[in-house]
Parts: sequence; C-alpha cells; structure tokens
Amino acid sequence: MAKTGKTKKSARAVDFLGYRRENGRVGIRNHVLILPLDDLSNAAAEAVANNIKGTLAIPHAYGRLQFGEDLQLHFRTLIGTGANPNVAACVVIGIEPGWTKRVVDGIAKTGKPVLGFAIEGKGDIQTIADASRAAKEFLHWASEIQREPCRIDELWISVKCGESDTTSGLASNPTVGNFIDKLDPLGATTCFGETSELTGAEAVCATRAKDKGVAAKFTATWKAYNAMIERHKTDDLSESQPTKGNIAGGLTTIEEKAFGNLQKIGKKTRFVDVLGPAEEPKKGKGLYFMDTSSAAAECVTLQAAAGFVVHLFPTGQGNVIGNPIEPVIKLTANPKTARTMPEHIDLDVSGLLRREIDLDEAGDRLIDITIRTCNGRLTAAEALGHREFVLTKLYQSA
Amino acid sequence: MAAPHFIVHDKADNVGVIVAEEGVKKGQALTGWLMEGDATLSLKASDDIPLGHKIAMRDLKTGETVLKYGHDVGRMVAPAAKGRHVHVHNVKTKRW
Repeated sequence: MAKTGKTKKSARAVDFLGYRRENGRVGIRNHVLILPLDDLSNAAAEAVANNIKGTLAIPHAYGRLQFGEDLQLHFRTLIGTGANPNVAACVVIGIEPGWTKRVVDGIAKTGKPVLGFAIEGKGDIQTIADASRAAKEFLHWASEIQREPCRIDELWISVKCGESDTTSGLASNPTVGNFIDKLDPLGATTCFGETSELTGAEAVCATRAKDKGVAAKFTATWKAYNAMIERHKTDDLSESQPTKGNIAGGLTTIEEKAFGNLQKIGKKTRFVDVLGPAEEPKKGKGLYFMDTSSAAAECVTLQAAAGFVVHLFPTGQGNVIGNPIEPVIKLTANPKTARTMPEHIDLDVSGLLRREIDLDEAGDRLIDITIRTCNGRLTAAEALGHREFVLTKLYQSA
Repeated sequence: MAAPHFIVHDKADNVGVIVAEEGVKKGQALTGWLMEGDATLSLKASDDIPLGHKIAMRDLKTGETVLKYGHDVGRMVAPAAKGRHVHVHNVKTKRW
C-alpha cells in the first residue's frame, strides 16, 4: 500500500481563511453564543436565540449546587466554551448574578464582547428582553467581521472516534493518524483524549509521550480513571465498553478497541503534555492528551472548551455526533455505513479497505476536507443540526 | 491485488478482520492482506462471518492470548479452529 510511488504532498496548501480574535487566537466559525449558567436559565437562553436569528443557545443540564472540583470543571467548561475562538461574542444568562458574573469575567479575559443577565428579581420576560437587545447588537457587530488568511500553525484540532468498529482501527483512525503526523511538523496544535478507552494500550500510549515526565503524568491519569471504573463497576463493562454498537461492528474487548483508538495519533507524533478536562494547552504547539470520558459528546465538549476549533471524528458504525461551536468532521472506512448513512459522512475512506487508495492519499483527503471546513464549508453534523453540548459531571451535587 | 476479503494488521496476529461488505460464507476461499510487509494470504472460512468481525488465522485454544496489532487484546474462553469466527462468544477481556 505504501508502494504506489505517489509523490508526497507535504508542501500542499494548508493555510485557510479564519476569524482572528482579540486575543490572537483563530476561529473558523463566528457564533454569537447565548450561554446559560445553569439548567434554570435554559428557557430564557433559548427564547433569546429564538428572538435574535443567527444567535445560538446551548442549553445544558447542570450548574446548581455543584461544589469542589466538579464546580471548577463546570466553570472551566462554560468559560472555555464562551472563550473559544469560534465564538465572536457571548451573552450569559444565569439565575442569579454572582456566578453569572464569574462566567462573564472569565470569558471577558479574551477581550471579546460578553454581557451577563440574571433572572432573579426581574423574571424571565424582562431578562429575555434585555438579553435579546444585547444579543442583537452583538450579532450586528459580529456579522461584519471578515475572514482573514490564517496559517496552519494557528489551527487547533481535536480528535476522537465513536461507535468504532474494526474498520476504525484498520483505516479511518490511521487516516487521522496520518493527518496528525503530517500537520504536527507544520506546527498545528492537536488533542486526543478518551482515558478509559486506552485501557489495554495504556503502556504503549505512555511510550508516545515526549519525555518520562509526561509519560508518568499520563500513566497516573490513566490509573486514576481506571480506579474510578473499578470502584463503580458491577460487571466487566461488556456492552458499555465496548458498546453494543462496537460489538455489532466486530470489536470484542476494550483492549482491541484501545489499540484501534490509538491509531489516531499516528506513527511518530509524540504528545507534549497531559491536560485536565477542558484545560487549555499551555506548552506551545504540538499534540496533547486530555483526560476525558470516551463518550463522544462529553469528550468533544471538553475539547471545545479547551479552545479547539475543528474536530476530526472517525466512526465505524455511524455515530452522528456534532457540537454547537466546534465543527465535527466525520469520516468512515466502513463501506456499509458510508452507503447507508451518507448524510452523516464528510469523508468516505472505505477505499482503503478495498486497496483503491493508500493511507497517504486518505490523509491528504482529510487535510483537504478539514481546510475546506475551516474556510467555511458546513459539516454534515452542522447541516443536520447536531449540537450535542454535554457537560462532564464528576460526582453528585451537594 | 484486488479488494481483499480480510486484512491482518501484524505478522504476529492470530486473527484477521473481514472487510468484504457482504461478509464471507462458510466454505468460501478467502484472500487476505497482511499489512505489515504487504503480503497476500489465503484462508478458507469455516463460519459465516460478517463485515468487521474476526477470523482465526490458526487453531486457537482456550486460554490462549488473542493477538491483533501485534498486541494482547484478550483471551480465548472457548476454542476456535482456523477459519472460524472469533468474537464475544469465545473471547473475553483480560481487564475490568
């Protein structure tokens, strides 16, 4: 397969047109976000987004009586989501002003326009009116921002696979790996996660850290997650990890799934740091590992909150996930999925299994569709309205 | 080679993956692709095996380690003769 004699296209055009934000980061979408602080504020946030066309509300289930590390993660995720460079401006709505201001102040550090509105003492209707007026002004302002030439080394890309099957490990995940091996030397910032789903391949994954310190940090992170699973499990997790869909697709054990999963980081790229959930990378360009659940929407939500602006999502059996602010590009190597669920698939690499294309060609096609997505092409998930915004909750509320 | 019926990742692997979209039938003569070293393999299917599911590359005994990607991906809990279907009915995780 590597013997086709095709010319390597390492110098291919990988610059794109993006939105340069106040803090220097680059986005590929230009959302005016209506962000609820808590479950109680979803109704008002959705009403504002309904009033002001072109704004985007992202309702969620949490934000009340959380505490400790779980509360910190809640704030980090909301602030990170508002701060993401795919968001031009943000309206925050909360039940009370204190925590609302905390989120507003966090997002404001980016320099982007952000205003908060609290419901207590005013009621939904007045809050919706006030927030709608602010959202309308933000929308007029944002809609005049122009895309500018940006460089590939300004692009932050996250990866995560879902409803994987054996075709994921054979072809679609290695396609993502080929992409990372090509873009890492060009200075892209990339991120993989799924701590639990590296189980069985964790020792091999640790060898991919850039040094012993990062490897030790990874191993400690994996052990902590595995201890949590051991504490709560009631069986061998068959049907949860692997999922029913994974098993239908031929994956038998978590170990088999893990080695397939690990194909996404390529053959040579090394990860430079281990991030907590929704933690922003601070060690410069390169590949990062993030401690996340392996549930698709939870993982992508955390990666988007850390600042990643475009996501690569290989699927086997046909996971249909999207994210409200981070476009999710879906690829599959499963010919049946490509044929039966074509509206969900941005890139079909099933030709790899028929030996019609090689991995180098598949990786180049993924680079092409990614750059087109960065330039403005809507993904299948965006066109179909998939906006799964799912917060990770670490434990019960107080 | 034309489109293979099955693919094997690594020389050390004792299972392959069916990649023919319609799966394979019991008794069918199969052509495989060993990715490591780019070699062609042949094998006869001893079961009907669907797309994405594994086939035993040799006789596998109970207790034996299943190797894929050149790595340990579980243990046999029932035997599987060469060419037979390998999945949750005869393999279990060594974790959890």
